[in-house]
Amino acid sequence: MAEAERLAVLKTWKLFVKGAYPRSESGRTLPLHDAKDELVAHISHASRKDLRDAVEAARGAFHGWSGATAYLRSQIIYRLAEMLEGRRADLAEAIRTTTGVSGKKADAEVSASIDRTVSWAGWCDKYPMVMGSRNPVAGPYHNFSMPEPSGVCICVHGVAEKHSLLGFLSLVLPPLCAGNAVVAVANTKHPLGALLVAETAPTADVPAGALNVITGEGAELAGWIASHRDVDSIHAIADDTVAATLRAGAAENLKRVHTLPMDEDFTDGDRWTSPRRLAPFVELKTIWHPSAT
Amino acid sequence: MADASLGTLPPATWEYSPAPETVPVTIPERTQVFIGGRFVEPHSKKRFATINPATEATLSQIAEGDAADVDAAVSAARKAFKGWSKLPANERAKYLYRIARRIQERARELAILETMDGGKPIKESRDVDIPLAAQHFFHHAGWCDKLRYAMPGARDPRPIGVCGQIIPWNFPLLMAAWKLAPALACGNTVVLKPAETTSLTAMRLAEILQECDLPPGVVNIVTGAGATGKAIVDHAGIDKLAFTGSTEVGKQIAKSCAARGTRLTLELGGKSPNIIFADAAVDQAIEGIVQGIWFNQGHVCCAGSRLFVEESILPEVTRKLEMRMRSLRVGDPLDKNTDVGAINSKGQLATIMGYIDAGAKEGCTVCQPGQQALPAKGFWCRPTFMTGVQPAHVVAREEIFGPVLAVMSFRTVEEAITRANNTPYGLAAGIWTDKGSKIFDVARRLQAGVVWCNTYNQFDATSPFGGFKESGFGREGGMQGLAAYLAE
Repeated sequence: MAEAERLAVLKTWKLFVKGAYPRSESGRTLPLHDAKDELVAHISHASRKDLRDAVEAARGAFHGWSGATAYLRSQIIYRLAEMLEGRRADLAEAIRTTTGVSGKKADAEVSASIDRTVSWAGWCDKYPMVMGSRNPVAGPYHNFSMPEPSGVCICVHGVAEKHSLLGFLSLVLPPLCAGNAVVAVANTKHPLGALLVAETAPTADVPAGALNVITGEGAELAGWIASHRDVDSIHAIADDTVAATLRAGAAENLKRVHTLPMDEDFTDGDRWTSPRRLAPFVELKTIWHPSAT
Repeated sequence: MADASLGTLPPATWEYSPAPETVPVTIPERTQVFIGGRFVEPHSKKRFATINPATEATLSQIAEGDAADVDAAVSAARKAFKGWSKLPANERAKYLYRIARRIQERARELAILETMDGGKPIKESRDVDIPLAAQHFFHHAGWCDKLRYAMPGARDPRPIGVCGQIIPWNFPLLMAAWKLAPALACGNTVVLKPAETTSLTAMRLAEILQECDLPPGVVNIVTGAGATGKAIVDHAGIDKLAFTGSTEVGKQIAKSCAARGTRLTLELGGKSPNIIFADAAVDQAIEGIVQGIWFNQGHVCCAGSRLFVEESILPEVTRKLEMRMRSLRVGDPLDKNTDVGAINSKGQLATIMGYIDAGAKEGCTVCQPGQQALPAKGFWCRPTFMTGVQPAHVVAREEIFGPVLAVMSFRTVEEAITRANNTPYGLAAGIWTDKGSKIFDVARRLQAGVVWCNTYNQFDATSPFGGFKESGFGREGGMQGLAAYLAE
């Protein structure tokens, strides 16, 4: 008897919340098509409740992640790069399949993404040095300023066409390395790179809740993200409409919003490894103490 | 009310002879708006009175700028931007140095004017407001040619363009300096609106800018109230907005800018905790509490308005506080011995009195130990503290912006930190303890942009100022404050 052609095991990609992989509580899924418009998988379609769960997980993880030594955070992010290196083939395949770029281009994006992760790992214990200062006040006081992570940051990758993996990591790494807990909304059209990072994070010992990844409709989530009262900052690729929605909602509790244009060039390594990229996600604290008795 | 258990106390206040500042200051009968380097009539031809809150006497009629004036000011600023932003940086610096020098030279006149228009004690305007305003221009002058060192990682820091700046009435000239100096140092041009009750020193500053030959249009000053401010916020020609004021208005501004995505910095309200641990030097802490809440009549966004005292020393602290408050002299702001001046306006006095009533109604004990007679005219509020305050009480939650302190106690460090952070605000905080490790632990865990340890309400041009959470975003002053006025 001839051997029957083996039926592939189709995967439904799930959310990544608090170190676990739940489906959307709504039960909703979205079809994921490849560049030739053929169905390749299903992804979870996050609801408002899923977003709230992810924010709650991030808030719960913030104290531990921001309180960990900068050396430890640095090693964990470096470990993430190590683990991503081991999944190069999966990452390149995901990029190639869903965006339709050549294998060579996909490979180059994976390399750039891993190198970017290595670069940001190094910022964890250095950004407070270059962004802080000892201020020479005109009086008998010791005065210094230091940056601190502002809390829970939501990163929205939106519907940008290019760089599904490099863009995702470039959005997430600056706030994460600064010590923020992150909820990332993967690219609506090309979420697989982000979801593979989500599958890798626990093996790099990223603490549960420090990085959460959800998938769904970016535009649908934008209003809920903007008005969520327990979110401190937003990092988003957004068109004018979504950017306006994010800023208007954010005004309710004065979240820090940093938006990028849809055509942001993530291949500019100099720009995207600059400590300027994490500036919107830190708060400067200035401390005074008398220095004379 | 004086507590019988206080025992022997010094006399309520020592009788001092009056020591009023007597240098006469010329105040014009009416002011104009300052646009394109010239003083011009306001488009509306309307004016409103500015009064001395200590006497209720009218000082001057202030020009009411409207949308047409704002539009003219924005055009003048846009026109000036080309030249100003291209000027060699060291030349730009020399203008700012000139301005700093002229403020120093005219300091006495500016201090008196500030006190007459705003009600703050002359010793504060003389020793704090005006010297700091000069320092801000002087410090930022030196940044003009060093901007590439101010933002690590920025490849090509450039000015943003035309800045709209709206400032409050509590530190009129100082706030103008905080806003103008970094904006100009970075090569921007400005449309500035002072608060409606305190426009006089801003217009005097316009004279100084003329004296210094600052190119026309680099700074434009349009006086007026909320509608004038709104015209600035809504003007499409504004590239960057900076606002200092209430959180409520700050949120409205953030919403108004949402669609255009105008760059924005906000320095808003606060309800700052001042935490006294049992191992603090209590007498120094008492001075810190006084400096924290009764400085400038409590019209300070970072005022230490929530006092948390470790339970074991609560009786000692309240007793000493009450004693110290008896020696605070409330009255003529122009008198060099005055500690607490006049409340800035009738409206603000009503707000403060409303909060004191609300505190009493919620069951707090209201203490006003001062016994001096208050002047018959003007707006006055005795330094006040309230005990028996619960975290849910309105006086423990809302910004009063007056000389009113809410006193609460705590038992553990954890409790102090949790309660201190339990507010949407995050502007400033105070910590009093002689234990070094405790200072750093608590300072790290407090959500506040400025943490004063064993001191309070200190300011300096080199020290960045600004808040966490709903106290706004962006910093003013210091190296990090420049980022708000630079594009990359």
